[in-house]
Amino acid sequence: MQPFTTLTGVAAPLLRDNIDTDVIIRVERLTGTSRESMGAVAFEAWRFRPDGSENPEFALNEARYRGAPILLAGANFGCGSSREGAVWAMMGMGLRCVIAESFGDIFFNNCFQNGLLPVRLPGETVRHLAEAEGAVTVDLIAQEVVGADGTRAAFEIEPMRRTALLEGLDEIGLTLKHQDAITRFQQADRSERPWVWLASEAPP
Amino acid sequence: MSEPWTLFDKVWDSHVVADLGDGWSLLHIDRHLLHDLSGGRALGDVLARGLAVPNPELAFATPDHAVSSAPGREHNGFPVGERLRASLREQAGATGIRFFDLGQIGQGIVHVMGPELGIALPGVTLICGDSHTCTNGGLGALAFGVGSSELTHALATQTLRQRRPKRMRVRFEGTPGQGITAKDLALYMIGRLGAAAGTGYAVEYAGAAVRAMGIEGRMTLCNLSIEMGAKIGMVAPDEATFAYVAGRRYAPAGEMFDRAIAQWRTLRTDDGAVFDREEVIDAAEVVPVVTWGTSPEQAIAIDAAIPAPEAAGDAARAKAWRDALDYMGLEPGRALAGTKVDWVFIGSCSNSRLSDLREAASVARGRHVAEGVTAWVVPGSERVKRDAEAEGLDRVFREAGFGWREPGCSMCVAANGERVAPGQRSVSTSNRNFVGRQGPGARTHLASPAMAAAAAVTGAITDVRRL
Repeated sequence: MQPFTTLTGVAAPLLRDNIDTDVIIRVERLTGTSRESMGAVAFEAWRFRPDGSENPEFALNEARYRGAPILLAGANFGCGSSREGAVWAMMGMGLRCVIAESFGDIFFNNCFQNGLLPVRLPGETVRHLAEAEGAVTVDLIAQEVVGADGTRAAFEIEPMRRTALLEGLDEIGLTLKHQDAITRFQQADRSERPWVWLASEAPP
Repeated sequence: MSEPWTLFDKVWDSHVVADLGDGWSLLHIDRHLLHDLSGGRALGDVLARGLAVPNPELAFATPDHAVSSAPGREHNGFPVGERLRASLREQAGATGIRFFDLGQIGQGIVHVMGPELGIALPGVTLICGDSHTCTNGGLGALAFGVGSSELTHALATQTLRQRRPKRMRVRFEGTPGQGITAKDLALYMIGRLGAAAGTGYAVEYAGAAVRAMGIEGRMTLCNLSIEMGAKIGMVAPDEATFAYVAGRRYAPAGEMFDRAIAQWRTLRTDDGAVFDREEVIDAAEVVPVVTWGTSPEQAIAIDAAIPAPEAAGDAARAKAWRDALDYMGLEPGRALAGTKVDWVFIGSCSNSRLSDLREAASVARGRHVAEGVTAWVVPGSERVKRDAEAEGLDRVFREAGFGWREPGCSMCVAANGERVAPGQRSVSTSNRNFVGRQGPGARTHLASPAMAAAAAVTGAITDVRRL
């Protein structure tokens, strides 16, 4: 995972509630596009017109927001499908941080698996950040967002997630350190709930 | 004496391998369902990282998302789907994971296959790289969807690092009216509480209407949890659940079944247990519900008018409603009933089980699909398909002009090339009406199987109670 410490850059506004992961990346892009090239098709239903040309009315197509590393979004961002491709596509566009009032639970988890920082701030603060032109700073060390007009907003993040992002930790590596506990749990569970433990089946 | 505890907490606590602090646990995962869209790649990732799959006997794989639903697909399938199916089969074989191929009992939508084979059981933790994994909560499993990274983590460690969510209970009290299904109750709930009401919660469904509901209906209800924002939805197992589980292929049998039931009987919320949020819905006031917009929360009663953006409350919401109405090609103030449709899709992990097909067939019987409408029935699994055929439902549908297809996700997610054309209107028994969900530009109205069948035979959105 890519570590995240601080970030300063343009924040593009997409202040609509309930933006789902189907809109962030279409399902056929999950199979027909490599992880690295998903950025080119992120938000395609809105970003492009049916003839394939760019939709000038879509905020992320505006010159000032192109390549922005921060996205300001409405509530319940990333709801819907569990596809991690939504995170890959956003990172492929150059995004490293999304600020929204709330996030879909699965998307929120997927962000942390890849080093895309989801920041929860009140809707009013998010809208305020979108009003000022200029660079926004997201500081994970200080747990603070500084708007273009100097407004400061502190955000909450769970200590474990913060540490994992700051250090770019690998979760599987961390879990495998608990191998003894996993083995003990499984041994006890085999006698407590034997019906859960199926035998292996030779492949047909 | 221990404190009163919820169903969710009981199952969670019994799976904690290690306390990671701050409300986080390393949670044991008892069951893992793998499908073609993410399964093959995840298994490949595990192996590429030099890791092993320690418990392949707890994982089950089948292709569903990208396989064609066309009759004869074994010989002429959707090319991308065929590639993904081959990859899943190959990786499952390499790791010793059970794989159910096309034409075999076990093939089908993962969340239909899991319960019907007795893979999903009361009180187990079950995950899948699919957000509708919550469907399995209908049996009292703690089931949730995960992304690719967590999928790989679970394959390699048989655990996940999870934070305990808050608890929410939705009680459906009263008796639903004639013809009102679990789908109507679920859409009504989401319409009333909103698409983010369950975010951060594990939801338990309870109340008289849930107790009286069949197990397949409970799965439908739990399926829609994620459309309310909750990745976990559960119903406490009861005698109906035990009867459903009995005799299924991977369910315990004989003395072991009795032993399991003794434990399963403890899986209920104790009197006095506290929830972080509680909602009560009077099931008697629910009428057939249909969505009008591009979020499942944009749902209204069949006899209500399409809402006006001016009534949305604030400017941002009004803009979202206006955009949704534009996309859907609808005018506010008019009745939804009577709106002409081009497509009807009966299927998906919401509504593709035998009871759903019976419900749709009861409307289709003796009627015919209206001119200009294409209507498909896609059974959720090979088992559902064979059972439906054994009781002649395929004949009912065929005679009524419906397409009778092969099992899979098909047009719910349109990952297999099966799409509603741009601008065309579809009534679908699936769970998502998102922009482009059934294909770019497709206009989706979510509804129950009976309502979908009614739309098919009348050619328009119709109150099935008036047929």
